[in-house]
Amino acid sequence: MLKLHGNLPVLNSTTKDAYLITVTTNTNLPPVLKKNRALLMQPNQDPKGYKAVLTKEKGSTDFDADSDVFQISDDYNYLNEGDIVRLDPSSGSMRSLYRKNSPHNTILLTEQCDHYCLMCSQPPKDVDDSWLLQEVFELISLMPTDTKGLGFSGGEPTLYGDRLIDLLHHTKRSLPTTAIDILSNGRAFKDMEFAKNYATVEHPDMLIGIPIYSDDPVRHDYVVQSRGAFDETIKGILNLKKVSQKVEIRIVIHKQTVDRLVRTCEFIARNLLFVDHVALMGLEITGFTRPNLDLLWIDPYEYKDILSEAVAVLNSYGMNASVYNHQLCTINPDVLGNYRKSISDWKTEFLDECLSCTKRTDCGGLFSSSKQFRHSRYIKAFK
Amino acid sequence: MSEFRTIEFYKSRKSSYRLLPFRFTPLDQDRYVLTNMAGEYLVSARDKLLDFLQHKLANEDPTYIELRSRHFLIDDNSSIAPELLAIKLRTRYDRLAEFTGLHIFVVTLRCEHSCPYCQVSRQSEDKLRYDMSSEIASGAIDLALRSPSQNIKIEFQGGEPLLNFELIKFIVLEAKKRNQKRDKNLAFVIATNLALINEDILIFCRQHSILISTSLDGPKDLHNANRPRPGGDSYEKTIEGIKLVRQTLGRDRVSALMTTTEASLDRVQEIIDEYLTQDFNGIFLRPLSPYGFAIKTKSYRAYNTERWLDFYKEGLEYIIGLNRQGIDFIEYYAATILKKMLTSEDPGYVDLMSPSGIGIGAVVYNYDGYVYASDESRMLAEMGEEKFRLGKVLENSYEQIFTSPNLLDPLEESFAYSVPMCNDCAFEPYCGADPVFHYALYKDYVGRKPESEFCFRNMATFRFLIKKMEDDKLVRQLFTKWANN
Repeated sequence: MLKLHGNLPVLNSTTKDAYLITVTTNTNLPPVLKKNRALLMQPNQDPKGYKAVLTKEKGSTDFDADSDVFQISDDYNYLNEGDIVRLDPSSGSMRSLYRKNSPHNTILLTEQCDHYCLMCSQPPKDVDDSWLLQEVFELISLMPTDTKGLGFSGGEPTLYGDRLIDLLHHTKRSLPTTAIDILSNGRAFKDMEFAKNYATVEHPDMLIGIPIYSDDPVRHDYVVQSRGAFDETIKGILNLKKVSQKVEIRIVIHKQTVDRLVRTCEFIARNLLFVDHVALMGLEITGFTRPNLDLLWIDPYEYKDILSEAVAVLNSYGMNASVYNHQLCTINPDVLGNYRKSISDWKTEFLDECLSCTKRTDCGGLFSSSKQFRHSRYIKAFK
Repeated sequence: MSEFRTIEFYKSRKSSYRLLPFRFTPLDQDRYVLTNMAGEYLVSARDKLLDFLQHKLANEDPTYIELRSRHFLIDDNSSIAPELLAIKLRTRYDRLAEFTGLHIFVVTLRCEHSCPYCQVSRQSEDKLRYDMSSEIASGAIDLALRSPSQNIKIEFQGGEPLLNFELIKFIVLEAKKRNQKRDKNLAFVIATNLALINEDILIFCRQHSILISTSLDGPKDLHNANRPRPGGDSYEKTIEGIKLVRQTLGRDRVSALMTTTEASLDRVQEIIDEYLTQDFNGIFLRPLSPYGFAIKTKSYRAYNTERWLDFYKEGLEYIIGLNRQGIDFIEYYAATILKKMLTSEDPGYVDLMSPSGIGIGAVVYNYDGYVYASDESRMLAEMGEEKFRLGKVLENSYEQIFTSPNLLDPLEESFAYSVPMCNDCAFEPYCGADPVFHYALYKDYVGRKPESEFCFRNMATFRFLIKKMEDDKLVRQLFTKWANN
């Protein structure tokens, strides 16, 4: 698992305020560009003229007095030309916000949420963090226009209301060909005006992922810990499709959802056939899942026949369905056509058992959290 | 971290619920089948159904959860059902707005076969009398292209349509030419016994993407007995023809239909095996229709519906068994019904449509210029009953033909949702109106349902299919695939 943020020794600082900056390895930049780049410094390079310097050396070098100089460890070896980081010289913190070479750049817009899902991987905090959104506007402006895809997640991004729509307009203007994935519980779109407003973005490649955990409204409400969620989410999906927006339904499979998984897929096929994609996802052992692990854990190997049946239903109805976050040794071969390597690169891991596996390069691997806390007991190398 | 609530917290404390429109009927001795407005069904034990009807079913009961999920009730926990039902219902009737998509051109009544069950053929060499003229054809093309439907399929029937291939060529070329401005999706099918097929015909078919539909009744002896022609070689001609079509046009460009006769009834496996041998990926196990010579020769009443049902069930079991062995093979009659049971799409099969598909799903331009509401309607006319004659090409306008009382009256009167007994029937969403069938047998558009063979056959088929699905998960999966075929 990559370390995306942490506190670093600050060897020199000139400003108090945090700022976003693009990382470079290029020492031949003209002075005007050096003034808004952070140099990822190699030994014996000249760091003069850069707004910020990230170095592994301990201060022997001759820095400019007006550069912010951070001492970084090997944890950040992944940093590269074109990445964007947030630097806060006053607290010495650095956060990696955008990695140019990663297909999995997801931006957290808020930690606030009106759901409280049993298995939330990003437990909500009820604090005003709207500064995050301000920063994202700036981050988007810094990103290269050839960025392939970008995710917006939370918390619940739609809590920003029309300011989210503003961000999407801004993103389309800055990155017109970048695909956008948004994660939302969809409830805000029960308001048709909001759905119409969202549609005004007219983005050619924007998908909103919305969870439905059960065809049983009570069970869905229970999983997301919010009464009335089911109806509002369904209504939201209907409104989004009325204004021709791309919608993905996401189902996390765990002990509270697996018993009705097949019925839930039948429900989706009968009632929401027009959605663009259905993702059946394995459980990530992080956030609220850890305290709720006994309530949620079921070994994927034990539900593999149910998964096959659910996938068969979606496939029969001609729906576009994917299986995420599973290991090849825990599924039946009949779902291979729907299997995707889905875990973000920065948190993919394998077990020692996997080292000798002949299918490792085809396998999505495990969440680092699964490796650490709980994974299938049936992980076994293919020979 | 605040505390998580249990699922109990999310259940409404009020035990009241409201029923949504639904119908029910016994499935077998212990079970009932319930259907909602959109045709979704649920099988339930009788006592649960009674509790449900009397508002006594507890909201944690598994049946309750199924009923809510399939939109038989709304309660304090969820009331989104009416909106979802409305969408499904609209989808189901969506086809109606398209209006007539299938246009059947009877280019000749002449045929070199003399099948006793045939409803319409003539053994005449008198071309003038039984061939469609190019003037009639031209007028019919204009009518067909007037249809609001974006998808127009022109099907050539007979007699044996290849006996008048010159007219087929004329119609294909003219229709394409006149469609240039309209830009509808035009498709062509020739329904032929293939005895007269040749390279030249097939080259034309290839140039214009024409599909071939033929007849194959089963193994050689059965087929040739059913379908006599000079030389007694109908089977050989058909098989040769199928091979030739596949070589010239492609494997999937030829389909076959079988007609069930009394001689077929004990031989369903052999018939299916014939279709397997000829490399078809499915079969349509058809009941015999009561028209034409079929009634005159009494071959319709020669076996009763129960015997046909036994034949059908045996065939379907055999086909399910084939699929269990890994052979993908479809029974199309079941697939048509299953599409109505398991999806919101209407398969557009004229016999199982309500409102009926006559005129508004398919229409027939007969060789003599008369326009009929369906293929069966012109067969009735051949027997002297002109009840479903809508007008005449070149004499009547499009408006006159498609607002003829001979079309509007049967459509309105036979609409199953408002017909006595159909209205209460749990299987109404799966069934059809079929006013022509009922008129042929009972002299009114509706008939008396307890005496209707149509009703009896379909109800038995619906029950059989539902039981198969309920009792076997693999069949359910297979049927789901067929429904979406």
